[in-house]
Amino acid sequence: MRAIGWIAVNVFRESVRDKVLYNLVAFAILLIGASYLIGQLTAGQDVKIIKDLGLGATSMFGLFIAVFIGIGLVSKEVERRSIYSLLAKPIHRHQLVIGKYCGLVLTLAVNLAVMAFALYVVLAYMAWGVPPYVARVWDAPALDPALGTAIGLIFVELMLITAVALFFSTFSTPILSAALTFGVAVVGHFTADLRRFQDVVDSPAAAGLARGLYWVLPNLAQFDVKADVVHGRHVPLGYAANATAYGVVYIALLLVLSVFVFSRRDFK
Amino acid sequence: MAVVAGTLLAAAVELQAARERSYPPAVADDAALYLRSGTLLQRLTVSYNALAADVYWIRAIQYYGGAKRRLDATVFGPPPPPMLAAAPDDYDLLYPLLDITTTLDPRFNIAYRFGAVFLAEPFPRGAGRPDLAVALLEKGLRERPDKWEYMEDIGFVHYWYIHDYRSAAVWFDRASQVPSAPWWLKSLAATTLAQGGDRRSSRTMWQAILQSAEIDWLRADAQRRLAQLDVLDFMDGVQAKIDAYVERTHEKPSDWATLVRAGVLAGTPVDPSRTPFELADGRIRLSTQSPLFPLPDEPSHLEPSSGRPPS
Repeated sequence: MRAIGWIAVNVFRESVRDKVLYNLVAFAILLIGASYLIGQLTAGQDVKIIKDLGLGATSMFGLFIAVFIGIGLVSKEVERRSIYSLLAKPIHRHQLVIGKYCGLVLTLAVNLAVMAFALYVVLAYMAWGVPPYVARVWDAPALDPALGTAIGLIFVELMLITAVALFFSTFSTPILSAALTFGVAVVGHFTADLRRFQDVVDSPAAAGLARGLYWVLPNLAQFDVKADVVHGRHVPLGYAANATAYGVVYIALLLVLSVFVFSRRDFK
Repeated sequence: MAVVAGTLLAAAVELQAARERSYPPAVADDAALYLRSGTLLQRLTVSYNALAADVYWIRAIQYYGGAKRRLDATVFGPPPPPMLAAAPDDYDLLYPLLDITTTLDPRFNIAYRFGAVFLAEPFPRGAGRPDLAVALLEKGLRERPDKWEYMEDIGFVHYWYIHDYRSAAVWFDRASQVPSAPWWLKSLAATTLAQGGDRRSSRTMWQAILQSAEIDWLRADAQRRLAQLDVLDFMDGVQAKIDAYVERTHEKPSDWATLVRAGVLAGTPVDPSRTPFELADGRIRLSTQSPLFPLPDEPSHLEPSSGRPPS
């Protein structure tokens, strides 16, 4: 466990030195700040716009961070040939994979916290001095604690996507890993269509295959509660817990597969 | 190095300014909506539907505002009668934009309410399409059947723009039955049914909108409408005095000074914006320069439609 922890901390230290990361986070914060200006164009819907743009930016840039750092976790070590010295040390391959994953999750958590903080700052500034009769008609308060639920589920979704990126990086090139990970991220939001495939095809085999894929592919749409939170709709604790548990189980599956592939890989 | 870079940048800026003076850039006509299917856009925007809805909402606002400002600048006189008005080409994209917005975010409250008002407003202040306003609000009701505000708005469109008082009363009554609805909706329904078209019921309705309006624009519009009703009351009073003068002298006054000299009026009557009223052929009328122009067509002066209860 200690080895995993040390690897995770080193991955975190390495990630925060990555300029790409700083650029992505800075751009996300800029976008969140700009939402205050964009909100002036919306005839009284500035709170909604700020929340939508803030959560959307957090999700989108979190996805970029997860993919572009996740795909290089293993391939960078292989390219720099540092994988040989790493594997020569008294650490197991599964510790390396899990440690890398934990380090990236830590990086994601810090970046998400920074973006969430920026969002709350903009909302606080926007809500300051607003008359009560205006605030009363908002679907949800400006500084709504439920935003934390949305951000939490975004975090779980990004952890899952990171695990997907890590899995692909154990056997594929960075470019292909990025493409496949983005593909999974998009398909993950359309799995409901796979479930309804039987309504549009006559072939039972095709319908069966689609249904099988529906259950096997990660269902990412369940983590998207942004619209519900912005409109003040209550997200039940049970729903959030179920989605989180699903995410954790799927992440465990992907890590097991990653360890399996990485353990059998011959580095020469 | 910095001096060289600064000089080159200044030269580039000056060259661009010179080009724009000699060859002004064409005004971009962005009145084009290539993707009109909200369902397709839902697919394309993946999990960012709400954000895409915000973009289309901003676009709808800018589209409506741009068209209205353009029309205000070109229409010098009072708006033409509805049967002679040109087809509202300038608001062609308003409903598609609102439809896309509400498909991407079915709970986008203000898009339904705001959009309905400007779809229903007579051309050139709006699209002149109360049927589309009702369709948009009914779409909102399918998503949120407990939203009494949408029912109230449908009733309002029937009352104010379609002059179908029976349908208006039915919708007000339906709204009053929603558990969270305010108490005054019941009386509004009864008043509308009993006195549909009466100025008092119109005033009651606009005061209800003023109290429930969520944004400054809607509140300002309700205040403007109430001011217009006050002006109508004032004009009725002055017209009664003019009619009495005409009956006494058998002469129609040519100007306000005649009435002032006769002691009928204390001075030239002005509206709340201090714009003098006009006098023509013994009838008082609101100046076209007044910000309250044009006054609403009094529903009581129109044939109320037989209407049909909404489904």
